[in-house]
Amino acid sequence: MKEMSKIVRNVTNLVYGFIIIFGFYIIAHGHLTPGGGFQGGAVVASAFALLLISYGQLKAKKFLNINIFSLLESCGLTMFIVVAFLGLGTTFFYNFLANSGSWFGHMVIPGINPGDMNTAGVLPLMNIAVGLEVFAGLGIIVLLMADGAEFTKKKENS
Amino acid sequence: MIGNFPYIAVIIFIGLGIYTLIFKRNLIKIAIGICLIENGVNLFLITLGFRKGAVAPIYTQAPSGQAMVLPTPQALTLTSIVIGVATTALILSMVMMIYKHYGTIEVNEVRRLRG
Amino acid sequence: MKKIIFGIAFIVFFSFLVISAINMRPFGNPAFSEMDDYFIKNAQSEAGANNAVTSIVFDYRGFDTLGEATVLFTTIVGIVALFRRITK
Repeated sequence: MKEMSKIVRNVTNLVYGFIIIFGFYIIAHGHLTPGGGFQGGAVVASAFALLLISYGQLKAKKFLNINIFSLLESCGLTMFIVVAFLGLGTTFFYNFLANSGSWFGHMVIPGINPGDMNTAGVLPLMNIAVGLEVFAGLGIIVLLMADGAEFTKKKENS
Repeated sequence: MIGNFPYIAVIIFIGLGIYTLIFKRNLIKIAIGICLIENGVNLFLITLGFRKGAVAPIYTQAPSGQAMVLPTPQALTLTSIVIGVATTALILSMVMMIYKHYGTIEVNEVRRLRG
Repeated sequence: MKKIIFGIAFIVFFSFLVISAINMRPFGNPAFSEMDDYFIKNAQSEAGANNAVTSIVFDYRGFDTLGEATVLFTTIVGIVALFRRITK
């Protein structure tokens, strides 16, 4: 896949950092505003797709490494299962940090309020775990399909 | 009957999806038809949980004094969208492998399992 | 000849869909909403989150999210196995 023109590459260099930061903002504030793990993970993966398209497939392999994505995805799913097992004193998937006073445990003012980030117990940890898994997984899919498109195209030229 | 317009949109989605599944012969068009059926079902799940004149079920800076929409169908639709993405990715990967092996993607010509 | 049979079957199936879409309940009045009223009233005090949808996805119905994460992971393993002949 050839790389695109100089205008496209310059705009991509300016913009892809903001897309990644916006995706992480959506993941981290999943318990206050609409969003969460799955939606934010899809936004971050679209930044990787933009990089892959505008730099071509040969050059993008130098700074998007499949082994790091594979490691991040496995870490995401493992963190999700470990956090689910930690509340096993009462039941599986118990929210043991809500309204408790330790890490994410402030009490919520009932009714309509401007959001407090320090609330909602186990939910931000699960959001981060699922967001990690989704963006690494979609990044792997996009990279492998670009590689496969190169592989299936070479046959008809020979 | 004009008040039921979202349901008519849903059956247009599903009808077009099944039409492309039956009558088209290119494998990529069949994959698009499967994706259309899944999106029609997701739209149907969301329109089941709507209340007239209500707002989104989020308490952060919501307008006061109004009812809220049912949140459970939205949670189920989130799961369904992610599973739809995974299914479409797997179908398209298999289409790429079929093209590499047979050289064509017409459905009538990829009939026999060659070794 | 085959196309005529498929066409008749498709028209019969589509007429089922049209009849059921016209006879649905009016849009905007859900029928049984006791469970969702409980979720809207108590999601802030029990789960401590302002977002009722996220608290349903990760706290009240966490098993569905576990199954979905497993399905996504299995699909990615399947795609990596399909493309392994290239990268060897």
